[in-house]
Amino acid sequence: MAPRMKGLPLARIFAAIVVLTVVMSFIMLIPNWDGEQASTAAPKIDELLDVMIVLSSFVFSIVMVMLTYALWRWRAKPGDEGDGEPIHGNTRLEIAWTTIPTVIVLFAAAYSWTVLDKIETEDADRMPITAIGQQYEWHFDYPDQGVTSEELHVVTDQQIEVSMRALDVLHSFWVPEWRIKRDAVPGAPGASIDDDFVVTPDKAGAFSLICTELCGIGHATMRAPVVVESQAEFNKWVRTQDPLPKDSAAAASEVAPQ
Amino acid sequence: MRAALTQPGWWRALFFTVIAGAFGFGLVIGLRAISGLDLFQTEQTGYPHIVVPAITAPLGFLVGIGCFDYWFRWASGAPTQPEDHSWHGATSWKDYFQVNTDHKVIGIQYIVTTFFFFFVGGLIAMMMRAELAQPGTQIVDPATFNGLFSTHAALMIFVFVIPVFAGIANYVLPLMIGAPDMAFPRLNALSFWMLPVAGVLFLCSYIVPGGAFDAGWTGYAPLSTGAPLGQSFFNLGVQFAGASSVATALNFLVTIITMRAPGMNFWRMPLLVWANLSTSLLVVAATPFIAGVQFMVLFDRLLHTNFFQAAYGGDVISYQHIFWFYSHPAVYIMMLPGFGIVSEVISTHSRKPIFGYRLMALALLGIVVLSYSVWAHHMFVAGMFSWLRVPMMITTLLIAVPTGIKIFSWLGTLFYGKIHLKSTSMLFALGFIVTFTIGGISGVMLGMIPLDIHVSDTYFIVAHIHFVLFGGSVFTIFAGIYHWFPKITGRMYDEKLGRIHFYLTLAGMLGTFVPMHWIGMEGMPRRVADYAAEFGGWNLEISIASFILGAAQLVFLYNMIVSWRFGPKAPSNPWRAKTIEWQVSSPPPIFNFDEIPRVVGGPYEYGVPGARHVIMPGESSELREPERSGVGAPT
Ligand code: HEM
Ligand SMILES: [Cu+2]
Ligand SMILES: [Cu+2]
Repeated sequence: MAPRMKGLPLARIFAAIVVLTVVMSFIMLIPNWDGEQASTAAPKIDELLDVMIVLSSFVFSIVMVMLTYALWRWRAKPGDEGDGEPIHGNTRLEIAWTTIPTVIVLFAAAYSWTVLDKIETEDADRMPITAIGQQYEWHFDYPDQGVTSEELHVVTDQQIEVSMRALDVLHSFWVPEWRIKRDAVPGAPGASIDDDFVVTPDKAGAFSLICTELCGIGHATMRAPVVVESQAEFNKWVRTQDPLPKDSAAAASEVAPQ
Repeated sequence: MRAALTQPGWWRALFFTVIAGAFGFGLVIGLRAISGLDLFQTEQTGYPHIVVPAITAPLGFLVGIGCFDYWFRWASGAPTQPEDHSWHGATSWKDYFQVNTDHKVIGIQYIVTTFFFFFVGGLIAMMMRAELAQPGTQIVDPATFNGLFSTHAALMIFVFVIPVFAGIANYVLPLMIGAPDMAFPRLNALSFWMLPVAGVLFLCSYIVPGGAFDAGWTGYAPLSTGAPLGQSFFNLGVQFAGASSVATALNFLVTIITMRAPGMNFWRMPLLVWANLSTSLLVVAATPFIAGVQFMVLFDRLLHTNFFQAAYGGDVISYQHIFWFYSHPAVYIMMLPGFGIVSEVISTHSRKPIFGYRLMALALLGIVVLSYSVWAHHMFVAGMFSWLRVPMMITTLLIAVPTGIKIFSWLGTLFYGKIHLKSTSMLFALGFIVTFTIGGISGVMLGMIPLDIHVSDTYFIVAHIHFVLFGGSVFTIFAGIYHWFPKITGRMYDEKLGRIHFYLTLAGMLGTFVPMHWIGMEGMPRRVADYAAEFGGWNLEISIASFILGAAQLVFLYNMIVSWRFGPKAPSNPWRAKTIEWQVSSPPPIFNFDEIPRVVGGPYEYGVPGARHVIMPGESSELREPERSGVGAPT
């Protein structure tokens, strides 16, 4: 280190950073930012968020402590028109603030990847559903049950595999409590479109499916009810639904010309 | 009258605009008549008799105002106007409304024009926040609202943030490298005049059938390919703004590479010059992609090509790939010049050399390279093939490293300095460090696929983009405007009003954009005119804060206008900076330098005994105390 760094109260600066990090993380970990958790993916994603809150608090604290310390210690005295010390850099410090952040972000990437892997693991007995968006409503085909509905009903703890279809423009499927989102893309699924995702709802209740891709004037109100219920309730509900039209699968991948 | 129509200027521009518009109109109608089609095709994606004139009329305007006179004469073998630089300098305000090839005049034209669009875009934002203050629909209906956020973003991005940096650099950069002008002064003039054309095209969409374009600034197909006529005005406005940026970027590249004063090697260039070099590298290679993709949308709309028509074998997602292949680099096009400004301001006002100058320059180049390899982070939930997600997550997160280097180096610059906070530019530069750090952190979170899946397309994104674009780009723009205001106008601005502007802006900015993170995570999607009642409380708070933010900008406007007219005369170097632009008078002489200065050292040699950056003509190589006078100088 350059000899000048010796004049710095490094221990105290470091302590300030640690204290600020702890206080900030502590406060920011209290609220439940993402709201209710209702799928097996939700706690994993929220845990990742919590880790990021701590890491971010650390980074933000470094910046804030360095900034306030510098402003407090090296404000020019009134009338002082001299220059600061001609320090052009410090190779070791520069190497440090290149490598440490690299390590941190690579850790964040690796951790994210494992979470991604977990939330995308497919169960063998998953239930297929096709979610079809069109301006400005949703409907859902249940190929196994042979029904179609304007409500999304699913069974607690049963993984579903949702295939996304759009009949006109882009739409997007988001149930905030499930933390899952995927666009519905017009066109037949093919090499360039990955149209399905899995999610395992694990809490019974009523939720709302929100369209999150701008799709026209009705976008803000393009929602669908989501009900997570027991297998028995689900079976009962299935019996009250319209049968799936024969050509529905074809209709689903057909797109109205613009 | 005859002279008015043959000499370049507004009369001829008006005349040519009308003629060219009529020509385009006649061409469409004529061709349709010959082909036996209905004369007027008024499907909402059609209207060729309006779209074609919307291409020809602006070209007529550019010719009429005089952008091409010299080239036409030269190309046709007619005697060119003698190279007397008659279009250099400005003697009255009217000269700013003429084609002028002086980079300083062009710089001012750029800055004033772009700020005009900033205020228009800001007004639109105020209307949106008024509507969003309460759940439900009160002021504008959903269709209008979609037009408001689309035009707001298009104006802010394409005719404010991107070009205002080109304007600041236009004024400052040639002076900084000791050049008499930009490499291609006439191209420079053309670049400027394409901007008002782009902005006016965006705004014209409000008056055409179907209303303003409303598919967002991202204009995703197939919503955009099926949208009403206004969308075509977006497609065309982007062409003019894009052509303007590319031409300017080429101009900067050639200027920076070939016109530096003797002695200014790459490692002696101020960081603002490095920043514009990097930005220009991004612009020239990336901008053609957005130009191309907007043409593809226009062709789908008018000619019924099928680039993005899934029903006819088009590929919807490829729009997003091409769009983001430009628009991710574009976010750095909107940030790197600001990094340059902040480096100048912080070094000057803390009286210290930039900490780790070379690493700062290399970090810029690192960002340029990485920027091209992260675009798909905007598409994590788009339904694109999934293998691309993880590689792009890694590159995205790696971009935080060079960005972090810059932040730490600015902080390192403050250490052991003599920090002056009197100048508003320094306040904005320091405020920028805080707000941009927050924006960078939310960016890293968005780069992590599982987190992005939840918050993509929510208010969290709105929060992120405003922390980086308002807290980032706009703060640096203010820093730059305050910093070079004395140089550009020859007057000092009022620091007290400047401080009021800064603190109101900072408070308004935080109050507006911090809570957006929370409502986004909790479930409020973006681009909606109406929302669930549970978000009403925060939205009201956000709207109130945004009005404070809006009002603060009026303080800025007043300060700039009044100070420009009546401010105390500025000395040539009020901040006692070392770079070359401060060694000439304020405002600089018409031709910048009588003789080219000689660069003999780095640009930030504060506190280095005997070190100098430049020897001005007629100056001895002896050590010299920087000239200054009491007015407005930091104490
Ligand atoms: C550390 C640096 C940054 C990272 C890691 C980052 C990451 C991201 C990611 C992953 C998204 C996509 C989120 C989504 O749509 O789901 C995004 C959106 C965006 N970012 Fe950044 N960002 C960074 C810095 C910046 C900067 C410097 C700017 C501009 C000055 C910027 C402007 C934007 C804009 C405008 C969008 C939204 C585009 C839209 O969908 O309308 N970002 N950012
Ligand atoms: Cu929608
Ligand atoms: Cu990006």
